[in-house]
Amino acid sequence: MESPEILVTLVGLSLIAFVLWYFFFSTREAVSAVSSSSGVQEVDITVKGGYSPDVIEVEKGKPVQLHFYRDEEASCSEEVLFPDFGIRRELPAFQTTLIELLPQQAGRFEFTCGMGMLRGSLVVK
Amino acid sequence: MNQQDIVCGMMVDEATATHRSHFHDKEYVFCSANCQHKFEANPTQYVAAEPAASPAAAATRQAESAREQVAPPTQAPADTALATLDIEGMTCASCASFVEKSLSRTPGVHKALVNYATERATVEYLPTQASPETLKEAVMKAGYGVAAPAAPDTSAADRQAELDQQKAVAYQKLKRRLWVAVGLAALVMLLTMVMLWPALAARINMQGLNYVLLGLTLPVLLYSGREFYTSAWNAFLHRAANMDTLIAVGTGAAFLYSLAATVAPQFFMQHGLMPEVYYDTTATIIALILVGKVLEQRAKTQTSAAIKSLMSLQAKTARVVHGEQEIDLPIEQVRPGDVVVVRPGEKVATDGVVVLGHSAVDEAMLTGESLPVEKKTGDSVFGATLNKTGSFRFRVTKVGAETMLSQIVKLVEDAQGSRAPIQRLADKVSAVFVPTVVCIAILTFVLWFDLAPVATRFPLALVNFVAVLIIACPCALGLATPTAIMVSTGKGAENGVLIRNAEALEKAHQVTTILLDKTGTITRGEPAVTDVLVAATYDINQVLQLVAAVERQSEHPLAEAVVRYAEAEQVPRAAVEGFRAVEGRGATATANGEQVLIGNQRLLTEAGVELSAELAAQANELLGQAKTVLYVAIGGQAAALIGVADTVRETSAAAIHRLQTMGLEVVMMTGDNPQTAEKIAHQVGIKRFFAEVLPQDKAGKVQELQAEGRVVAMVGDGINDAPALAQADIGLAMGAGTDVAMEAAGITLMRSDLQGVVTAIQLSKQTIRTIRQNLFFAFIYNVLGIPIAAGVLYPLFGIALSPMLAAGAMALSSVSVLTNSLRLRSFEGAKS
Repeated sequence: MESPEILVTLVGLSLIAFVLWYFFFSTREAVSAVSSSSGVQEVDITVKGGYSPDVIEVEKGKPVQLHFYRDEEASCSEEVLFPDFGIRRELPAFQTTLIELLPQQAGRFEFTCGMGMLRGSLVVK
Repeated sequence: MNQQDIVCGMMVDEATATHRSHFHDKEYVFCSANCQHKFEANPTQYVAAEPAASPAAAATRQAESAREQVAPPTQAPADTALATLDIEGMTCASCASFVEKSLSRTPGVHKALVNYATERATVEYLPTQASPETLKEAVMKAGYGVAAPAAPDTSAADRQAELDQQKAVAYQKLKRRLWVAVGLAALVMLLTMVMLWPALAARINMQGLNYVLLGLTLPVLLYSGREFYTSAWNAFLHRAANMDTLIAVGTGAAFLYSLAATVAPQFFMQHGLMPEVYYDTTATIIALILVGKVLEQRAKTQTSAAIKSLMSLQAKTARVVHGEQEIDLPIEQVRPGDVVVVRPGEKVATDGVVVLGHSAVDEAMLTGESLPVEKKTGDSVFGATLNKTGSFRFRVTKVGAETMLSQIVKLVEDAQGSRAPIQRLADKVSAVFVPTVVCIAILTFVLWFDLAPVATRFPLALVNFVAVLIIACPCALGLATPTAIMVSTGKGAENGVLIRNAEALEKAHQVTTILLDKTGTITRGEPAVTDVLVAATYDINQVLQLVAAVERQSEHPLAEAVVRYAEAEQVPRAAVEGFRAVEGRGATATANGEQVLIGNQRLLTEAGVELSAELAAQANELLGQAKTVLYVAIGGQAAALIGVADTVRETSAAAIHRLQTMGLEVVMMTGDNPQTAEKIAHQVGIKRFFAEVLPQDKAGKVQELQAEGRVVAMVGDGINDAPALAQADIGLAMGAGTDVAMEAAGITLMRSDLQGVVTAIQLSKQTIRTIRQNLFFAFIYNVLGIPIAAGVLYPLFGIALSPMLAAGAMALSSVSVLTNSLRLRSFEGAKS
């Protein structure tokens, strides 16, 4: 194996390692919902190629209001689904869509785009 | 130290408050910029209003507000009207308190509740003293806004219309991008082919042509394909990867290589490489993928057609009776208690009970029942159904989100938002799909670069790298299940089958045994007169006239059956005196001057009336048929026998036969004795039944069947069926049943007809078949496509996949899955 092949192989393997780490193994920060004085847990989420924040911690038994602001027109993010809560909602571009739910059980509940590519988690404690 | 926000009454820490304002040499602090702006817009309004709500009041209000979230406001009494207002501009619970106070002080307002969480005010008011306009003014006076009058079903329809409009604009934009891409890609392709013609290629400046191709490709990238790159970049920043990532990386790599070959060809030649360009690949891939997207978008709008048409059924106005007048009112202003007039050919505006007149109403839009249903005084009517023949008036019982139509729309929307268990594998694959494909593409590049001949290794590595990225389409995988669920739940609603969630739909196709609760499902669930047998000396019409006259005074269910029968036979009415109910036996009265006794045999025996031999024999025959016998005596003589029984529905036997031909075992369950149970079972073609089952034992019978290894669908309609419906693998509640039964069931049948069970099972089977086909296409396409694109066939057969072919295949994959799902639109439910 000559130097160009060695170089391409090393760069390729490094890229693969980076892709695996970046998409699967890097840590994601959880954000806790802010409880308003009326007891509602509120979170603002920006939708732009993903969800910011994408890990949201909430308390069990208290109503949750998620304000999804879709800051793009890309079709991948035009829907958001909370399968465990039976919620499928379209997110109009450049608008805020309110999703309300009442988590009754503790656990980790995923929310995704319509095709399951963009993902986030609602961690109920 | 804490100071009170003068606008909303909330306590704010003076030291740390960021929102401050000065007025009349005094500094005010605010909880938010919103309160600050409100104050600065009109400070005298708030300063004059001091002191605002005390902390204790604010705390009480917060507690009330929180309590309201769990306990919705009660319905307004009939003499008051109910208004719902969407409040804008509230930033905390104290804002809600402020709005509530302002509304409560408005003359004519009986009660006002403001929910901060839902940003909604519910106001009970006297229409004679207040109006929606005065309520709106009160909210605005408090410094807040009112979005729109909220009738949830119509606002849902409006929201949908707005979304549709947005989608239409996006679709037009997408088409423009497509046409630009197609036009320029065609030019790029044409010029690239020119380069392949040696005679012509020798005469033109290849370097110059490359610049021309670059100039033509750039708009395709920057205009038509821009969204792919921005979306991929945004996703990358979120550590996510989607379909756009694959397109962006694939076409981006081809374009950047071509760009380098165009601006620095010498560099390539110095390293033994031909400075080849791939502008045709880049432009054509983008054009083909846009073709796929346009087709996909068109097909996607059709998947939710059923729910949209349901939402559009809502009537816009209602003709409400006001004293002597009839006034056309927008549907949002109709309140429970109002009396509404419906003429032939008009839609019923909302849910209610008929108070005057009679008609036939087409309820197909809610129940799937094609025959119009007769409506008379006391019958329920539902919003969005179509009045066919007569004119009638009804009293409104439900409006807005409470109506049957709104509940159906909500149920279908919820079902469409759920995930089917069959999708779990696709979900798992989707989550890791794109990064995995990127890794495979990189590996493909490395292997081709390392193993191919030096002269061709770079182009081969690049072309295969791009082909792998482009052919791997996660869309088909992502669309396979949701699109089928969307179409079938909508189709179910059209046929009067409401599916609670995708899991219920999936479960229904696995069913092996159908357990039917006899009463209300196989039978009508209400007694009906089956036989009237009179002694030789009596006239049947005369007997019925006297009997019906007495029974009209009674509230017994058997008496109601006799009255219904007499009315259907149009028997004239008779005068009644001295009605007396005899507990456990029947009733007596004088009708048309004749003493009439009607009840069980004991009633006649105790009155000293003897049956003739003929009547006694006929009574035994009726009892042998498991019928209840009413004995009638007129003027101290045995005059007639009336047989009453719960009758089998006309459609039951045919539906049960269809279920059996589908390979399902049908089992009946009843509280009746074994003889009666056997008779009914035999009548409808059921071989196995459970008799004398107590209500509390019904769930146990389901368990018994499950213990035999059967997947059980339970069909019932009553409150006492709820545990069995919940215990079954899938519960099907009949539409005429109770809310409790529907709550416990996975599927609700709007029609009281077992054909609905056939429809539900057939729909489930067809949907699951479609999903399996979709998943198969999606998986097999990637399982075969990716290795071929990576070039596994090249060493053996010299076959390599052109990235442009890969793009065409990718565009077609999601379209084919969508088209397959849309085939479910041709599904037709079982007809009565």
